[in-house]
Amino acid sequence: MTVIVSQLFTGVSIGAVLLLIALGLSLTFGQMGVINMAHGEFIMAGAYTVYVLQKVITGAGWSLLIALPIAFAVAGAMGVLLEFLLIRRLYARPLDTLLVTWGVSLILQQAARDIFGAPNVQTKAPDALTGNVRITDDLVLSNNRLFILGLAGLAVVALTLVLRFTSLGRRIRAVVQNRDLAAVSGIPTGRVDRLTFFIGSGLAGVAGVALTLLGPIGPTMGTNVIIDAFLVVVAGGIGHLKGSVIVAFALGTLQSLIEYSTTVSVAKVLVFVAIVAFLQWRPQGLFTLRTRSMA
Amino acid sequence: MLEFDDVHVGYGRSTVLHGVSASVPADGVAAVMGHNGAGKSTLLRAAIGLLRPARGVIRLAGEDITKLAPHERVARGMAYVPQGQQCFPHLTTAENLQLIADSRPGGRAAMGEALDLFPALRALLNRRAGLLSGGQRQQLAIARALITSPKLLLLDEPTEGIQPSVVAEIEHTILGLTQRGGLSVLLVEQHVGFALRAASHYYVLESGRVTSSGAGGDSAQQAVREALAV
Ligand SMILES: Nc1ncnc2c1ncn2[C@@H]1O[C@H](COP(=O)(O)OP(=O)(O)OP(=O)(O)O)[C@@H](O)[C@H]1O
Ligand SMILES: [Mg+2]
Repeated sequence: MTVIVSQLFTGVSIGAVLLLIALGLSLTFGQMGVINMAHGEFIMAGAYTVYVLQKVITGAGWSLLIALPIAFAVAGAMGVLLEFLLIRRLYARPLDTLLVTWGVSLILQQAARDIFGAPNVQTKAPDALTGNVRITDDLVLSNNRLFILGLAGLAVVALTLVLRFTSLGRRIRAVVQNRDLAAVSGIPTGRVDRLTFFIGSGLAGVAGVALTLLGPIGPTMGTNVIIDAFLVVVAGGIGHLKGSVIVAFALGTLQSLIEYSTTVSVAKVLVFVAIVAFLQWRPQGLFTLRTRSMA
Repeated sequence: MLEFDDVHVGYGRSTVLHGVSASVPADGVAAVMGHNGAGKSTLLRAAIGLLRPARGVIRLAGEDITKLAPHERVARGMAYVPQGQQCFPHLTTAENLQLIADSRPGGRAAMGEALDLFPALRALLNRRAGLLSGGQRQQLAIARALITSPKLLLLDEPTEGIQPSVVAEIEHTILGLTQRGGLSVLLVEQHVGFALRAASHYYVLESGRVTSSGAGGDSAQQAVREALAV
């Protein structure tokens, strides 16, 4: 029983990382209509931010905390740049956008290899996060996974508040729902697009910081997680926060439960099959947002 | 107020408007009539900037606005109510209005005024706009356009597909707006009677060309009906 519970906890924390990644992906996906293939590299940028900061700031705890806003800004700025230089010019050309962002993803990976070297690097986890919380003798929750869970919770709450209650949030939702109507209502859609990209990509940076607590940092770390996050976005319903939250945790727990009884790769395959089956049944995902546009 | 000068516009390679020239007088109402597919909506989309003319110039109060983005035209005093009762379906009625009032000096007051024009909306403020009836959505769409305190309002078939009792209400409100002063209106309308009652000037579009135009008023009925019969 406790094995199941601790496996569930692992699953929930996997779900939390997935969620952090999917939140940002879902925002930019909702905005431009196709997946940003370079989103994974924004995660990588966030992770390397921790690595670089640890060279400057010695305390692992401080460097991690400071890395959170800086990684958000670094990844966010990269996202804005990508949107401004390329994606904006490819509006309504989804296939081109997909290919171009894929190209950018490869370039960024190579850039990481050139700057930081091809081998993976490690960061120091803060002492506070290396310990465990002992619930019973068998049930032990690791601090770093609890921290990630808290971080994901915070991101969901913050994003929900921004989208629901601020003027920027209203604008983002309006542009996603009907871009032409938003434009003719006087909303500067270009500016809204860039802010959407800043927030969405920034969240990828935060996810990168979280990932440094779970494993090594390398040029391809983003690619390894982006497919799962993409599945979360599609199955949750594009641009729909609640759907992403539900699917991310469902996926995380499902994966770790199957992993417990088989192996990692079998679990991945089974989860993938489950999602394909789900999308056969509900192609629009759990929820839908998009409506037809005008012109 | 608004001038179309030899405007050619279309979608992709197909041209829909073949050199339309027309104008909306300051403080006046111009009505555009024509059969389905004549290009009436296309004319309004070009006016607000959703479509760029391949040739020709569009001027607002003398300024060439042909290359401006839609939001820049709104900032210069244009507002547009598209055909088909369009709204942001997942935003509430209040959010649909708040969205426009945001970051606009006097936005809150303008929102209150718009709601005064359509008091029926007050009871629906917290309902998602996608759940409103067609008539309610159209009232919301007009209210949303008015929040920007426009100098020029573009209305695309504001009473199309709406039940008769609400049609009378919307027509009444539009007539009230046009008589208030300080507002010019470009009205696309299938109902010749209402269009000519509201308009000081009319245009009949046929296959993307102006085939008849003149002063509005009931005396123009005969000419318009003949132009539409061809
Ligand atoms: N998005 C589009 N892409 C291609 N062609 C279009 C598009 N929208 C309209 N058209 C074509 O342009 C022509 C004019 O359409 P428009 O919508 O301006 O007509 P309308 O006069 O407003 O008609 P209605 O009274 O039915 O609203 C039509 O032949 C139509 O098929
Ligand atoms: Mg039309």
